[in-house]
Amino acid sequence: MDVRVRSARSGADRHTPGTTPTSAGRTLDVMDDELAISVRGLRKAYGGNVAVAGVDLDVRRGEVFALLGPNGAGKTTTVEILEGYRRRDAGEVSVLGADPAHPDQGWRSRVGIVLQGTGEFDELTVAEVVRHFSGFYPAADDPDKVIERVGLAGKAKARTHTLSGGQKRRLDVALGIIGRPELLFLDEPTTGFDPEARREFWELIRDLAAAGTTIVLTTHYLDEAEALADRVGVIAGGRLVEVAAPNRLGNRQEALATVSWRTPEGTPERAQTATPTALVADLAARYGGEVPGLTVTRPTLEDVYLEMIGQAR
Amino acid sequence: MTTTTKPATPVAATPSRRPGAGALALRQGRLEITQFLRSRESVVFTMGFPIIMILIFASIFDGTIGGGVKFTQYFITGMIATGLMTVSFQNLGIWIPIERDRGVLKRYRGTPMPKWVWFGGKVIMVVAIGIAETALLLAVAVALFDLDLPGTAAKWFTFGWVSVLGVTACTLCGIAISSLARTARSGSAVVTPVALVLQFISGVFFVFTDLPTWMQQVAALFPLKWMCQGLRSVFLPESFGAQEPGGSFELGRVALVLGLWCVIGLVLCLTTFRWTTKRDG
Repeated sequence: MDVRVRSARSGADRHTPGTTPTSAGRTLDVMDDELAISVRGLRKAYGGNVAVAGVDLDVRRGEVFALLGPNGAGKTTTVEILEGYRRRDAGEVSVLGADPAHPDQGWRSRVGIVLQGTGEFDELTVAEVVRHFSGFYPAADDPDKVIERVGLAGKAKARTHTLSGGQKRRLDVALGIIGRPELLFLDEPTTGFDPEARREFWELIRDLAAAGTTIVLTTHYLDEAEALADRVGVIAGGRLVEVAAPNRLGNRQEALATVSWRTPEGTPERAQTATPTALVADLAARYGGEVPGLTVTRPTLEDVYLEMIGQAR
Repeated sequence: MTTTTKPATPVAATPSRRPGAGALALRQGRLEITQFLRSRESVVFTMGFPIIMILIFASIFDGTIGGGVKFTQYFITGMIATGLMTVSFQNLGIWIPIERDRGVLKRYRGTPMPKWVWFGGKVIMVVAIGIAETALLLAVAVALFDLDLPGTAAKWFTFGWVSVLGVTACTLCGIAISSLARTARSGSAVVTPVALVLQFISGVFFVFTDLPTWMQQVAALFPLKWMCQGLRSVFLPESFGAQEPGGSFELGRVALVLGLWCVIGLVLCLTTFRWTTKRDG
């Protein structure tokens, strides 16, 4: 199955960039204007094991883009190529107008990275670490402000080895945003968070996005992709199987609705229809008012996602 | 949810406040030193080991090695050299795999920090701890065992360059050997036997010329023997040079071998250093 991703524009309910579709290696300047990331035909294999099998992807500036997929789908490999950590085997990649395979300091200072699992500085305090990293960036934010922003103000003087898992993740985010990046990568940022910490984290991401930061996050939580992303790319088996706004994923809105009810004898009935309202009105007339056990459903995001990644329920 | 307007470019809006490259290396060095001093096991084992050793050895062997020269006078040279090797070679060979395994190095690589700043920070840490440790060792030996400090400027100069060359070679080799360890825990398994064997065959615990000739020849391939020999020229009378295997302290050859190990170490660092673990790509 060689599913090519449709143009990044399709399915997204956003304005269309004023650029013509770009082919590989062409008009980088124009791309740089509107696109934070442009990927064509990205491939990466480890030995004989293909991790990324031909990914095309565009991320516009100011967009929140979620890469959604099961473990081992190729999310981290893709993102780490974009971050300049891994070399690709083939394909054209432009991130903030430059090839991430050759990262220079100027480019690094415009990109913020929150890796999936990164080492802490056990013997140092939160404030010491954040202040130290602020020295690496030409336009660094105020360390105290950033610590406050990620919700670690009460822990600023604590050694990092005393932090909980969620607090360490916040420190990771603080180090990712201390340089005031134009583009922020977050690799499974909320794994291990409790529900409240996740909500707080989502607020932080929305703040950053509202301030104009382009955000690329990977996640295997559907609700996270739905809550944060302007567009979601579903990745499975090293391929992007679809890119769309969360509510349009898998043509969810156009999918047939399932209407189910019970007959007066108690027999369950169900029908799939493109016009559920008409059917319900018809049933109401037939039963003279309330329809017993009436439900109207469309496929949930989870339904379409699981279908896409090929895991039958 | 979010606006599609282009972000204001913060880089252009704010003037650069980033410290210069030299200042960055100093900050990195200060951070490394802070981390070192706060980690109790590194302080105890790296700083404390040579001092404990000299306390033990100088108490056991309180005689002379001929010519009225105290055993301590001979033994201090081995302890200084061992101390310098511990703080550079062993310290880095054990800690860098831990930092690599934890992802600390990978995190640094994701920042605009110039690569050499990280190495610079390690060198500053090694030099600072090395000086502090050597001073402490000398102070203990002078106070408790009547060590005679070098009497001439020329000897202090030799002390200086032998130490600098030796520490440089050991630092580079420590960084290089760190890439052999696959996991955080294997660092000390790789480094400790190497260091221990070198200490035994290089005349740290025994008078070098008492060792079997083949052992002396093996030791002569590695830096520690030459560091000890260079330091003996500083702490022992000139006449003792005649007892060395080469008939003198051979300072020219000391400089040559240590310099060669600096080059070997540097080449190994540049060709084999890894910022991430193997499984990490």
